[in-house]
Amino acid sequence: MPAADAPIRVTGLRKTYGARAAVDGLDLVIEPGEVFALLGPNGAGKTTTVEVLEGFRERDAGEVSVLGEDPQTAGLAWRNRIGIVLQSSTGLDLITPREALRSTAKVYRDPRDVEEVIAAVGLTEKADDRVGKLSGGQRRRLDVGLGIIGRPELLFLDEPTTGFDPQARRDFWELIRGLKQGGTTILLTTHYLDEAEHLADRVGVIAAGRMLALDSPANLGGRASSQATVTWEDESGTRHTERTSSPTQLVTRLARDRGGEVPGLTVTRPSLEDTYLSLIAPHLAGGEPDHATARELEDAK
Amino acid sequence: MNAVAIGWDRTLLELKMYFREKEAVFFSFAFPILMLGLFSVVFGGNFDRGAETEVNAARFFLPGMAAAGVMLTSFQTMALSVAVERDDGTLKRLRATPMPPISYFLGKIGLVALTSLAQFALLIAFARLAFGVELPTDAGRWATFAWVFLLGVACGTVLGIAYSSLATSSRSVGALVIAPTLVLQFISGVYFAWGDLPDWLKQVASVFPLKWIAQGMRSVFYPDDWKSMEMAGSWEHGRTALVIGAWLVVGLVLCARTFRWSKRGTT
Repeated sequence: MPAADAPIRVTGLRKTYGARAAVDGLDLVIEPGEVFALLGPNGAGKTTTVEVLEGFRERDAGEVSVLGEDPQTAGLAWRNRIGIVLQSSTGLDLITPREALRSTAKVYRDPRDVEEVIAAVGLTEKADDRVGKLSGGQRRRLDVGLGIIGRPELLFLDEPTTGFDPQARRDFWELIRGLKQGGTTILLTTHYLDEAEHLADRVGVIAAGRMLALDSPANLGGRASSQATVTWEDESGTRHTERTSSPTQLVTRLARDRGGEVPGLTVTRPSLEDTYLSLIAPHLAGGEPDHATARELEDAK
Repeated sequence: MNAVAIGWDRTLLELKMYFREKEAVFFSFAFPILMLGLFSVVFGGNFDRGAETEVNAARFFLPGMAAAGVMLTSFQTMALSVAVERDDGTLKRLRATPMPPISYFLGKIGLVALTSLAQFALLIAFARLAFGVELPTDAGRWATFAWVFLLGVACGTVLGIAYSSLATSSRSVGALVIAPTLVLQFISGVYFAWGDLPDWLKQVASVFPLKWIAQGMRSVFYPDDWKSMEMAGSWEHGRTALVIGAWLVVGLVLCARTFRWSKRGTT
């Protein structure tokens, strides 16, 4: 396989729990250095897909290549090249972030410097406190620290900022941008569309185990080319609204007519959230089971 | 680092976590020592028969407590910690790293070996200093101790890891582990004199390894002529090795066949 091949290449991935297909013929290619966000409602197959890619779940059908290897058979050398930030990791309550990072660093061939990682995830002041005493956001940053300590080429982030306050989320985004600049390929799952919009080069929306749309956040679902809504006020203060595919012409005309400022002028396009919600709307009827239910289904089997 | 070096590093981390968890330190590490102290004080009068015997209460209970200590630090610690680590995602997190799987087990074995040795050292020091228990002086007895102890700890460790798979959540594991170990301690001659148990209960206990560990410990710490009070009228070292060894093999097979890095539903 060529060296510059895509870090993740998935063709026709299928995974069923009992009679239900959690992932149903999914295709996905993620390019080197890309930040890719996987969006979708609970039970859409996000977590199953990611767990197949991480080597935690066996697939029923399809071709999967992650860093040139099949995750189902890949060994420890492959694990040395990937970083995984799970949805929640516990069991570290009795040790400190520094102890956790030091011991994890020892299993990698070429780990990052522990102190550097502590600083990068903003835990310098908490480095010697028990993890059990950290806040949710601080624990999550430790999780990310543990995920990147091995200098991964490919990083999996599963809902990394759930439970963060707005400032912590901004700080976290900076951290991810820094990793991207360092050349790390990142696959992110998230429920936050603003997060996907800020971080991702491309987003994929999955529902019912299929990829519904896959594009840059700006172009997803024809967002960029769809009609813009222009609103303004006339001399008497009455609001006017016009949907147009050429908003610039409309605004130029309004400005000329007024001879300068147009009061109350707004130009909006559908937000990523609007686009996302309209994409998944047909798949929400009947209520998809969430991930926990998928697990129970498989256990029952 | 190689798998052994990582295993040693994990042992140090496991030790830190073990001694920072006060419940574990109390219920598995200090417990046999506290019980020895308690029993020796409470039943001290029953053994006060002048120069007739050199066995006081502390010496009488010492082998049982040593055997209980082996089971608590190996079986109970392993069953509880592995079940909790599987439930809370620790095992999955470790599996996500390039840590060789054997290093995880080496770390656990290191933890159990060091805690059980330290526990035993404290136990006999306590028995000697607080109650003046005569400790064996001949090398043969200590050799017996060494193999009973090693075999017992190894057996308890692998059985504990295998047993952890029975727990479906960390909430249920406490009762699932502690209840049977408690029953086993009572019927295996740890808290009661072995000779006082009804025969059928002795037969039941003889199926499990704890009875044999306790018997092996009695052969180390009791006067030699006390072997007449054993079921077979001898210390049965051969059979002791055989039973504990068989359980060790069973435990290894069960571990290899049933060990999972995640809760059910994932590989």
